[in-house]
Amino acid sequence: MPITADHLTYVYGGNKKLKTTAVDDISVSIDDGQFIGLIGHTGSGKTTFLQLLAGLIKPESGTVLIDGEDIFAKNFDLHSIRGKVGIVFQYPEHQLFEETVFKDVCYGPKNLGLSREEIESRANEALRLVGIDEAIFSQSPFELSGGQKRRVAIAGVISMKPKILILDEPTAGLDPAGRKEILGLVSDLCREQKMTIILVSHSMDDVAEYADRILVINDGKLAIDATPREVFNHKEELESFGLSLPQVTKAMVRLKESGIPVNTDAITVDEALNEILRVIK
Amino acid sequence: MDIIKAENLIYEYKRRDEEGNIEGIDRAIDNVSLEVKEGDFISILGANGSGKSTFAKHLNAILVPTEGTVWVDGMDSKDEEKLLSIRQTAGMVFQNPDNQIIGQVVEEDVAFGPENMGIPTEQLRERVDEALKTLGMMEYSKKSPNRLSGGQKQRVSIAGVLAMHPKCIVLDEPTAMLDPAGRKEVIRALRALNEVEGITIILITHYMEETIYSDKIFVMNKGKIAMEGTPREIFKHVEELEEYKLEIPKITLLAHELKKKGIDIPECVLSDKELAEALKKLV
Amino acid sequence: MFKDVTLGQYYQADSVIHRLDPRVKLAGTFLYMISLFVFNNIICYLVSAILLTAVIILCKIPVGYMLKGLRAVLFIMVFAVVFNVLFTEGDTLFEFWIFHVSLKGIKLALLMVIRLFLLIVSASIMTLTTTPNRLTDGLEMLFRPLKIFKVPVHEFAMMMSIALRFIPILSEEADKIVKAQTARGAKFDSKKLTDRVKSLIPLIVPLFISAFRRAADLALAMEARGYHGGDGRTKLYPLKYAARDYVSYIVLLLYILVIVFLGITFSKLAQVLILYFANTDFGNVLTWLFN
Repeated sequence: MPITADHLTYVYGGNKKLKTTAVDDISVSIDDGQFIGLIGHTGSGKTTFLQLLAGLIKPESGTVLIDGEDIFAKNFDLHSIRGKVGIVFQYPEHQLFEETVFKDVCYGPKNLGLSREEIESRANEALRLVGIDEAIFSQSPFELSGGQKRRVAIAGVISMKPKILILDEPTAGLDPAGRKEILGLVSDLCREQKMTIILVSHSMDDVAEYADRILVINDGKLAIDATPREVFNHKEELESFGLSLPQVTKAMVRLKESGIPVNTDAITVDEALNEILRVIK
Repeated sequence: MDIIKAENLIYEYKRRDEEGNIEGIDRAIDNVSLEVKEGDFISILGANGSGKSTFAKHLNAILVPTEGTVWVDGMDSKDEEKLLSIRQTAGMVFQNPDNQIIGQVVEEDVAFGPENMGIPTEQLRERVDEALKTLGMMEYSKKSPNRLSGGQKQRVSIAGVLAMHPKCIVLDEPTAMLDPAGRKEVIRALRALNEVEGITIILITHYMEETIYSDKIFVMNKGKIAMEGTPREIFKHVEELEEYKLEIPKITLLAHELKKKGIDIPECVLSDKELAEALKKLV
Repeated sequence: MFKDVTLGQYYQADSVIHRLDPRVKLAGTFLYMISLFVFNNIICYLVSAILLTAVIILCKIPVGYMLKGLRAVLFIMVFAVVFNVLFTEGDTLFEFWIFHVSLKGIKLALLMVIRLFLLIVSASIMTLTTTPNRLTDGLEMLFRPLKIFKVPVHEFAMMMSIALRFIPILSEEADKIVKAQTARGAKFDSKKLTDRVKSLIPLIVPLFISAFRRAADLALAMEARGYHGGDGRTKLYPLKYAARDYVSYIVLLLYILVIVFLGITFSKLAQVLILYFANTDFGNVLTWLFN
């Protein structure tokens, strides 16, 4: 189920003087099963773009096509894409509301009008996927630890079995172990459940490690659309957008500048290790 | 004299069931002793649940020890008469930038602490302007905090503490909710406060790369102090740090891997510059 | 959907009205409103309107901007007019179905509209020219005497000021939760009322939890910064009366005197005027207005 943005434009503020274009004529097509990393400075329009893709706000002009269908067309029922496009907001644990973990995860499937057995089997599966132990299914979600809450909230979205999963900084505020858990989970959802992933992150290291393709948004426009290796070759351009390089790439650039003849396209520790060994041995 | 001194500090949470009976006791801090010299930049590293935030709250007398003692500039934190004096000596900045700004205008928020101390109005003005200037936030003094970025909000919070003229500022994960630019902004501000104003900084964080400029690092794990030393002494124990669920900066990790492959470079590398210098000799 | 919730939207401008002490503005607005209710006649309204016009000119806020704020209460005005016109007993002008329209009804409606208009404009000038902070400070100072009766005046003021700070944050949060739950298939626009109320639970519960969490955080932060109630606190901007404030109090006093005088002598005054203009068209209008 490919998702396409077609000349997507969104303008904030009704007052003519205060108008700001948050998303400016973005056209991009994302194929099934891709792991997309979406990067951009705070305020670049990333979050607005995600909300447009999920059909939560209506564009000023342009549209989003899911499976070739225009989701903002007049007679299109937006409710019908809720089970297809899932979105995990920043700090998703803030949307938990049910008495128990299990009930909360059932909320989405219930809204899809599924049978009871189907709802429960989906909730079970989703909670298993995010690694929540059955022993805490009947606990209040508010009694859990920060990392657990976050995983329950994500389960609440994946229980709807979306084909496309959008995540807005799902690791914000977590400690390293929690971050690793969430990113591993997202990676599994892409590789094993064959979901299309659109991941927003401020960590260049994370997108370098996990994404197949990176979209760079700057000032509401799609500035770069390429593989991680290509994207992080644009050091100056990224810096002008207020973005940096992955730590490893930055180090390689530094080595090259001080006269060590390494290629600077390494984006992971292993790649850098091999490249340095190649040069100095 | 030590600005902070903790001796055999123990803090226990009582878990209660629905009727309020005690179900069990969780020991968040388990026999911690440490000393902080005035003027130092100290980092306390630890994963979630390591007890680092609970410890931080003892330094401002928000929590008092179950057992053991904490002295802030010589004042016992259990001494209720010294409470306001302790809070003025060791100011505190928290994680969520939105939930600690009280004023509706930046300068009013910065004035909040000194107002509580009863500083006369003429001096308030001076203190507020001075604190805002130090944090580079003067041009925002009349703005609403809601219009600021995360990093700017945290700088306002730090200015609010600074205006109380503390000897020491304790920051409980001040960067956890910020983007990389905001994190850099805050760390830079803290280093300047430490170096220029000579204020003791105690930074609680789980980001190792924020601690490389510290004079001393304490690593906490399960309520205990697991390691202490300078960044160089701490960062070389890659495996041990990973055990404490910390994330080693990629540069340090890369150097560590190179060393394992038999490359002759220093035991602990903290920056790309150091790495470049070490490798240059080998090419 | 929550972005429209605005409370006392301050309009920044450099005017003498903006600089007035909030206590003057609070007392002034309060007395002004009372004056509108005590004397319900056209001459007093005329004086009130003159004063208000002077204030509007002084406060340097574009009139168009100010009137835009009235749109929200237009409904109430229309309702008041319709109600007065249709349901006032009196000499019937014309009749249809169960309604009869009388001259008296039209007159009452007219007075009602003038009164509402003056009332709302005066209140909005206060909020337009005073920051919520200064307003809170003003309230705290004005009600300070109530402390003798153990009324926690400072605490109320602090609560109000914190509430004002968090309204935009919570409304943004509400907006986010609505979107998150919509993405999980929630429908907030159901036709059935019971469904509609039920659909609000996934919105209200998280919002309350968030508010409580923020309150706990804030309490901790306030405590850490040495907050211990209002005793011994100083202020960055203490309220101090300036010459313009005393002048304003005098103007206010004069206004009250004039209004009271006109209010009491209104019927006699009216008779004099009607006699003077007797048998002219203007006289007839006056007769209609004053009787």
